Amino acid sequence: MQEQDFQIVSVAMDSDIEAARPWVEEASPTYITLVDQNHLLSSLYNMVNVPQAVWIDESGKIVRPTESGGSIDILREFDPEIGGFKPEAQQRAQAAKATYLEAVKDWAINGSASRFAFDAQASRAHTETMDDNAAEAHAWFRLGQHLMNHNRQEEADAVFQLCREKHPDSWNIFRQTTEKMDTGIAAGEGFWNKVMALGEKEYYKSVDMDGMP
Amino acid sequence: MATVLTNTSQFECDESEGGLWMSAQEMASQLDWELKPEGFCQGDTCVPVPPDRIHEFIRDDQVNVSAFWQHLGRPVASSTSSDVAVLGESATERNDALLSLEAPDFTLPDFNGKLHSLTDFRRQRVLLITWASW
Repeated sequence: MQEQDFQIVSVAMDSDIEAARPWVEEASPTYITLVDQNHLLSSLYNMVNVPQAVWIDESGKIVRPTESGGSIDILREFDPEIGGFKPEAQQRAQAAKATYLEAVKDWAINGSASRFAFDAQASRAHTETMDDNAAEAHAWFRLGQHLMNHNRQEEADAVFQLCREKHPDSWNIFRQTTEKMDTGIAAGEGFWNKVMALGEKEYYKSVDMDGMP
Repeated sequence: MATVLTNTSQFECDESEGGLWMSAQEMASQLDWELKPEGFCQGDTCVPVPPDRIHEFIRDDQVNVSAFWQHLGRPVASSTSSDVAVLGESATERNDALLSLEAPDFTLPDFNGKLHSLTDFRRQRVLLITWASW
């Protein structure tokens, strides 16, 4: 993999830069690591969860639009008895990550010749569009963020509540703005209730890629 | 006075009766929309002002950017006391941009506060990938 041809740009979708900083320091990454406190990328790229990824070629064209960055939905295969995910689900999740990573490597090396890079037609066909409510939610999120930064937490909370209602598919909005556990992770009762209410919907939409489990 | 936020900028303008008022000259410099005889113009694109609603948009030498923004079909998010407003982007614009396949540019800081833009990485393939602490 030649570094001059390929760049990983990793972006923390974190309102609070200090919440994200320890993770970066722990990983001490060699790639570019940015922080997006206002969730601008959610608005620009119609992102609704993390990790999500976009492949952008040398000319700035999107060759794989926003999709899960190799994570698959195994949330509802959590087994309370073992206090973790079922082994079969874990294996499937690991296999998905490995498949995705191999595809990224293939594209990093082969560029447009990689079978994982979409042509324009396929790239458009895989692009998910947002509705007016989602676009509004992004504007309101920016407002909530500003109010929060100016010590107007009560007003910010009301605005964030509106954001969650306007864009219920956004886990970025939901998890950023709802209660965190002591660990800083938004995986409390509210989160699990929302997961369980997904029904047919997936927490991570499956990635259309050869070899994905 | 109200603080107005866009994706890329922040500025102050006068607030009255739910409108956000500024001079046409300021509007041109802050939002890149110019007031011309044919309407509000950005480059070659002009949006006419409905003649029967002109007072909603223009008053003396002031322009109501909030009314204009909504006239474009774009969301305006405003605090209850109307002292902060966000001029957002519409779903149509976001979707059209994504379907053009031209990766939307952005400028964000790294953890040392240094700014980086997507366009800094032209001539490289970029894996843009998100994560979060939460």
